[in-house]
Amino acid sequence: MKFLDEYRDRAAVERLSRAIRRAVTRPWTIMEICGGQTHTILKSGLEDLLPREITLVHGPGCPVCVTPVELIDKAVAIAARPEAMMCSFGDMLRVPGSQSSLFDAKARGGDVRIVYSPMDAVKLARMNPERQVVFFAVGFETTAPANAMAVWQAAREGLANFSVLVAHVLVPPAIEAILSAENCRVQAFLAPGHVCAVVGFKDYEPLAARYRVPIVVTGFEPVDLLEGVWMAAQQLEAGRAEVENQYSRAVAREGNRPAQKIVAEVFEVGPRQWRGIGEIPSSGLRLRGPYRQFDAAERFEMAAPGARESADCISGLVLQGLKKPYECRVFGTGCTPERPLGAPMVSSEGACAAYYLYGRHKAR
Amino acid sequence: MCLAVPGKIEAIMDDGADELRRAKVDFGGVKKEVSLAFTPEARLGDYVLVHVGFALSVVDEQEAQKIFESLKEMAELEDAEAS
Repeated sequence: MKFLDEYRDRAAVERLSRAIRRAVTRPWTIMEICGGQTHTILKSGLEDLLPREITLVHGPGCPVCVTPVELIDKAVAIAARPEAMMCSFGDMLRVPGSQSSLFDAKARGGDVRIVYSPMDAVKLARMNPERQVVFFAVGFETTAPANAMAVWQAAREGLANFSVLVAHVLVPPAIEAILSAENCRVQAFLAPGHVCAVVGFKDYEPLAARYRVPIVVTGFEPVDLLEGVWMAAQQLEAGRAEVENQYSRAVAREGNRPAQKIVAEVFEVGPRQWRGIGEIPSSGLRLRGPYRQFDAAERFEMAAPGARESADCISGLVLQGLKKPYECRVFGTGCTPERPLGAPMVSSEGACAAYYLYGRHKAR
Repeated sequence: MCLAVPGKIEAIMDDGADELRRAKVDFGGVKKEVSLAFTPEARLGDYVLVHVGFALSVVDEQEAQKIFESLKEMAELEDAEAS
């Protein structure tokens, strides 16, 4: 496929690997934010093409992984109600809540549907006026415009039986939280290309300047990732700390204006809990005033039993790049994709799932 | 979840209000209907990057070539060094 195959070309990847080796003289730690990028790195074995001096650590860019356990419990509770039809992206279903997942709720007879787009959930609400259709609106900036459009469309049609359970998170505040932690060892970032396709990369410029870190907006294929590492390494070696755009075929500095407009119409910025990390100020989206009637958390009043996490899971440390998945005591034994204890073992963007699937069970 | 896939616009439907514009997009043989609400500039034959049913950007073909041009230069440099 055009714009995919050529970015997976072996000769191109090897040439970039040699360029990185030539550029690097000292050890550097670079974090890729997005879990999709983590999976490409592991799947294609890109770490083996890097010089020893470069360490890649994996960031919190897996929305499924950082969705608070309380919200998963809420989604499970809603799914158990007879009038509810709970719609979600597929990779949310197996994520463990305190006691069970949406998948378990479905097995118990709950009406849980996997949808490809939030607009499919709007369509289900239109077709089933007697049911309460709830969409689990999880995601980063990339998914926010589609989810905003679903709410906007429901409002326009007056679909009183549609609502969303919002768990939207934002990348720049997460980068700032990582950088301001005392034990931070990240020296450069690969910023998530598709997030930046929506919001642009102006918001990253003050971060690069304030914390003196290079930030390279990067795509998702092997050639993209190695070029991103190469650009970051050149900046690090030269003592520069700028925002550069590797993914210029898809990302403009100002981002996508129509997408930003619908997000600003429907959502506003607020504090948000990140699973395994804690609350980060101004790091999430919530429904704005006139759209709050579509908030499932308010529509379905429910008791909030205390949320519980597995005592063995170290996903918080993995998500902050402080530990590698194989450093976890239960990785691949007590915790596997079939029986996950933490969300990063479930999601197609989770670092633990990537390490498990592609056989990275120990340090390289 | 931030997965977005490039596909080619084969047909554009309902050329009315921007938020209603839709297209038939070909992803290497798999065809899907996609919203062009966020890419009013998209035209027939363009490649768009699609995420959960919405085109997020039109792929810039010139920008896409840049890396392959620098790789070519790199190859020439490597060859020159080797000889």
